[in-house]
Amino acid sequence: MTPALLVAAAIWGSLVIYALTGGADFGGGVWDLFAHGPRAKDQRRLIANALGPIWEANHVWFILALVLLFIAFPFAFAAISISLHIPITLMLLGIVFRGAAFVFRSQETSSVRMQRGWGYAFSVASTITPVLLGIIVGAIASGSIVSKPKDWPLWNFISPWLAFFPVALGFFTLALFAFLAAVYLTVEARTVDLRNDFRIRALISGVMVGLFAWVCFILGKNGAPLIHGNLSHESWSVPFHLLTGIVALLALICLWVRRFKAARVLAIVQAILIFIGWGLAQYPFIAAPTFTISASAAPISVLEPLLKVILLGIVLVAPTFGFLFYIFKRH
Amino acid sequence: MSNLFAARSQMAVSLGFHIVFAAVGIAMPLLMVIAEGLWLKSEQEVYLRLAKQWAKGTAILFAVGAVSGTVLSFELGLLWPTFMAYAGPIIGMPFSLEGLAFFLEAIFLGIYMYGWKIVPPAIHWLAGILVLVGGTLSGIFVVTANAWMNTPAGFQWHNAVVSNIRPFAAMTNPAALTQSLHMTIAAFQAVGFGVAGIHAYVLLGDRRNAFHRKAFAISLSVGALMSVIQPVSGDFLAKQVARNQPVKLAAMEGQWETERGAPLRIGGFPDERVEKTRFALEIPKGLSFLAHWDPQAEIVGINAVPRANRPPIAIVHIAFQMMVAAGTGMMLIGLVGAWLYWKTRRLPDARWYLASVVVSAPLGLVAIEAGWTVTEVGRQPWIIYNIMRTADAVTPMPGLVIPFALFTLVYLFLAFTVIVLIRQQVYASSEDGYS
Ligand code: HDD
Ligand code: HEM
Ligand code: HEM
Repeated sequence: MTPALLVAAAIWGSLVIYALTGGADFGGGVWDLFAHGPRAKDQRRLIANALGPIWEANHVWFILALVLLFIAFPFAFAAISISLHIPITLMLLGIVFRGAAFVFRSQETSSVRMQRGWGYAFSVASTITPVLLGIIVGAIASGSIVSKPKDWPLWNFISPWLAFFPVALGFFTLALFAFLAAVYLTVEARTVDLRNDFRIRALISGVMVGLFAWVCFILGKNGAPLIHGNLSHESWSVPFHLLTGIVALLALICLWVRRFKAARVLAIVQAILIFIGWGLAQYPFIAAPTFTISASAAPISVLEPLLKVILLGIVLVAPTFGFLFYIFKRH
Repeated sequence: MSNLFAARSQMAVSLGFHIVFAAVGIAMPLLMVIAEGLWLKSEQEVYLRLAKQWAKGTAILFAVGAVSGTVLSFELGLLWPTFMAYAGPIIGMPFSLEGLAFFLEAIFLGIYMYGWKIVPPAIHWLAGILVLVGGTLSGIFVVTANAWMNTPAGFQWHNAVVSNIRPFAAMTNPAALTQSLHMTIAAFQAVGFGVAGIHAYVLLGDRRNAFHRKAFAISLSVGALMSVIQPVSGDFLAKQVARNQPVKLAAMEGQWETERGAPLRIGGFPDERVEKTRFALEIPKGLSFLAHWDPQAEIVGINAVPRANRPPIAIVHIAFQMMVAAGTGMMLIGLVGAWLYWKTRRLPDARWYLASVVVSAPLGLVAIEAGWTVTEVGRQPWIIYNIMRTADAVTPMPGLVIPFALFTLVYLFLAFTVIVLIRQQVYASSEDGYS
């Protein structure tokens, strides 16, 4: 492992944790949007209570990934920021409205209508943001980030991301986040009825995850040839797909037979496997076709102290982050 | 509107918005920790209610701070990709440490805000202290990164190639200590006065309200204390600017010619066409003395550099005067309050004094915005002082006026909403009897 690879792994790791925690917070917002039936209010309350204490801390994983990217792979970061200006800006608006509307809703006391308005803004933003996040990742994976984009025509700033593969990956991300949230909520629900509500939601979104995975894989043949090639022709490809498929299936079965805690573990493993697949397929690129991990990394005099800070971070953050979850999620 | 100007404006709006919430994120935890500490010590219910009320109001501000900060982190790349491509690794150290501070802050904020009934009181109080430490450290680290833009250090720059990067030396650049000290004090001072002003306003109508009296006492004490030490740290900072960024100092002071025994100018308007500062009150040899402790010291004038390398002089000068005026005003109000307390041994609650605190409530934030204008506009045309021009750092993305307009509208809307919600809470808290 070179220092550059270690930092790349740390970026990958923060994104995994972000998906598992912050991603599920977005998923919660999705289920807020789709809350209906006699228990719609209870569903929303459960979601709000689940998010309240942790979403800001979860969100930091995303910032960490960004910061590590611009420290260790500065030119890749610059190129991504230029080519994907538009979807990143839209995603930021989503992040702003999700976070702001969430607290505004909980603090608004003057009128129920205003409160409902904020709730709506929160849930719509929670639904759109993961799609944009997926589009951004998809655009990077598809190999369309060039090092010096020309400022004309404007199409140069649209074509990298407004394509079938990135958009499909956007919906895949949405489904994955919604699935994780629904599975977590089956465990956190206090009543049998609520648990059933989220069980159905988890089953539906779980199937969607599988469906979109296939769509992405098929579209990737043309849309992200490099990743597609790695995911289908390497020695690890077939066993890897089998393993992910089996875990996904087991998660659904556990949901079906109401083994919710086991389903939660399996859903997490499934998500991690998906990320491992992405990481392996993307290797050795930070952003194909120009930026490889080794060639675009900052000099060693930067990476070494950075790795020390990361180590310090693991020592400090792991126990405190765990403590936060222990306090609020132990029941 | 040129692309460069749109980018600069968007950066200015985003930072000018974020800094308000950042200051609150640094300083409100201190006020809450003091109130809760007094409750733990005295067991008077009112302090607990105060800590909870402050926490409730702050929850909104924290969230807006977190999302606007996220926008900023991306904007550094979206607007200034060339800057980040070169500077990212060099100033990565403070940014990565800032990431750790964010974790500390956000994790214990969750425990603080939602854990009143879940963790024991002492642990809860400790969580508050850790939020305070995390918030203060995030501020210090990010200002350190900004200080590096003003006094770049820890690398070699040759023909647009960076080499020999020493992240630690970059982090301990000459402006790091002075700037972060000044900013940290500024946050406590601005929030202290802002909060004191709100509670003074309620007290004007209901002078015996115990809840608001305690709130006023705590916040004014913090603000007043800071207002006395801030000019000292400002002087420390100005001397550093005089050493390392002489042109910025000249712009701040409206000093056109290089001269010995330069006067200190109070007010006035620097006229860029005739290269003179008019209508200023001049204190002979004052500037030389303040900048170098020597009335005969030489002060570099704006004329020492070609026009292409000068910042907009009038903006910098006026912003600097505003900051110093606001600081002087707050210091006077703080000193009068301390004197009244020392003489009467009770809360200074005379109507005229409460009214003066209400008037001073926005001064701290005004000074913060003005001070950042001095720092950032005064560095122009450089994004990295004497190394990289702002114009060379901007993204090739066309049509930047659209995101600028978009974010400006969003921030106006958020600011409006936050004000409405905070007002609701202040009224709710004053209706709760407790006189
Ligand atoms: C409550 C807020 C506040 C108050 C009362 C003052 N300042 Fe200030 N000042 C700031 C808040 C601030 C700031 C917003 O925090 C700045 C911007 C960048 C920085 O590091 O601090 C700043 C910048 C700043 C700079 C520019 C530094 C640079 O460009 O690198 C100087 C020279 C001073 N200040 C000096 C003073 C003096 C002599 C004051 C005397 C009263 C003073 N400040 C009061
Ligand atoms: C380019 C400049 C800046 C960037 C990129 C930036 C970035 C950020 C980010 C990403 C967050 C959110 C962290 C979270 O999710 O909890 C944040 C919050 C914060 N920032 Fe900034 N920031 C900048 C300027 C500043 C300045 C100048 C200060 C203060 C001196 C400051 C102090 C804080 C504090 C105290 C918080 C946490 C409090 C809160 O959430 O309201 N930041 N910033
Ligand atoms: C939060 C308080 C801050 C405020 C209110 C502020 C204000 C401003 C303003 C007014 C400008 C526009 C200057 C001009 O173009 O004439 C600007 C530019 C900029 N600021 Fe700051 N600033 C703050 C802190 C920071 C920090 C902490 C950083 C970096 C770590 C930073 C990085 C930048 C960059 C990269 C630009 C654009 C390039 C430039 O104009 O030099 N700022 N800011």
